[in-house]
Amino acid sequence: MDASQRKLLIAPIVDNNPITLQILGICSALAVTTKVAPAITMSLALTFVLVGSNLIVSLIRQHMPSSIRIIIQMTIIASLVILVDQVLKAFAYELSKQLSVFVGLIITNCIVLGRAEAFASKNPPWPSVLDALGHSVGYSVILISVGAIRELFGSGSLLGVQIMPLTSAGGWYEANGLMLLAPGAFFIIGLMIWGLRTWKPEQLEKPDYRIHIVHRTEVL
Amino acid sequence: MSADTWNAAVRDWLTRLFARPNEDPLKTVAVALILCLACSVVVSAAAVGLRPLQERNASLALKREILRVAGLDKPGQDVERAFKAIEVRLVDLDSGDYVDAPDPMSYSYRDAANDPSASIALGEQDIAGIRRRPQQMPVYLVRSQEAIETVILPVYGYGLWSTMYGLVALYPDGRRAKALTFYEQRETAGLGGEVANPQWQAKWQDKTLISPDGTPVIRVVKGSVDPSAANADQRVDGLSGATLTTNGVTHLMQFWLGSQGFGPYLEHLRACTLADANHQAEG
Repeated sequence: MDASQRKLLIAPIVDNNPITLQILGICSALAVTTKVAPAITMSLALTFVLVGSNLIVSLIRQHMPSSIRIIIQMTIIASLVILVDQVLKAFAYELSKQLSVFVGLIITNCIVLGRAEAFASKNPPWPSVLDALGHSVGYSVILISVGAIRELFGSGSLLGVQIMPLTSAGGWYEANGLMLLAPGAFFIIGLMIWGLRTWKPEQLEKPDYRIHIVHRTEVL
Repeated sequence: MSADTWNAAVRDWLTRLFARPNEDPLKTVAVALILCLACSVVVSAAAVGLRPLQERNASLALKREILRVAGLDKPGQDVERAFKAIEVRLVDLDSGDYVDAPDPMSYSYRDAANDPSASIALGEQDIAGIRRRPQQMPVYLVRSQEAIETVILPVYGYGLWSTMYGLVALYPDGRRAKALTFYEQRETAGLGGEVANPQWQAKWQDKTLISPDGTPVIRVVKGSVDPSAANADQRVDGLSGATLTTNGVTHLMQFWLGSQGFGPYLEHLRACTLADANHQAEG
């Protein structure tokens, strides 16, 4: 693996993270992160779909008519998602119930279509797979850490193991209900983006508009 | 034409097809067709191949729900073994009598509702939004020393977006609720989806569902129930932001506990329970 390939794999984890920099896949990041277990399952499902779709799109890229290329990519992604959904229903029924519509919504997850269109349809299979893996890891890192924070402070547990005994069960920790609601995830992801952009100022976006004093002759 | 020459002709034709430019209309159609064919093979193979496992999971999940409303659910127990304590019977809804069936657990009322010979069209009386009602429904009984302890009835009806499937457990008097669950629904998560919340479901415990003359009286109200009201035991707190879902719950309860639903069966049940009680009093 040479330097450029390593960059494909590593860059999306921090420098070009799909959630914190590209702000994609927020819907599922809010919905399935109340506990760590569904976050891990969702990450695995997305990894499978993203690697699969990038690989297939890259393999057929030379024969892809440009007029129907988005439809082709969507068909491939949708088939992979149905496959994941069926497998989950057969082997992890409880988890599939918890993830409910969100596995199906991987189809509309912008990360998947975005990578297929922006990368896999122009690059050979191996770099496409590396790119897909990098983005999956970037997504999973954020999803699982948000899930860990929310489960720890919202339910006092990690992966279902009680770490801080709850007052409702005779312990000392008063569960923070906000963490279990969608706004809790918004706050955590917002703070993560803030922290990340303070650490790496090059990720800051240029403001669309800067407030400044206007001289009255300038207005006329 | 032999198989070999035919194969060669197809290969030759495909090679020429794929050699065409990508913008060529024929190639566009061909690529779309081949892709759709490949994807549909993968999807249908997965759906057909995994169906037995999925059905086993769904049946286990239903059994677990039945055990839960029956109050027999213990963490970590073997569901199949615990379910042996539950007697499954089929009921003919019009007459309210038991129907003998070799394997009542394999009876699917959802299939029956789609089968014109096993269901009736409801028309005007369809308050639960189910269109057709099966002629037979399963009931799940828990007995302690012959006497019925709990009667569990499957109920379903339309909410805002989806059909909600639930189970209601009754005391042997056939009038008061022991427990309730909705185990399959696709209402708005966080609003109507709260019908699946055990905390809300717990509010149904000991509510009076049916008046002494046999009419269903239970209603989900908007807001909270005034505990000092005379009929507070016939009212359940509503879910805020989910009026249409909770109306659906009221309607499906009214339907399934009424004369079109389990009404005749529950009447028999009350008569039998009374007979048992008299018998015991005499003895």
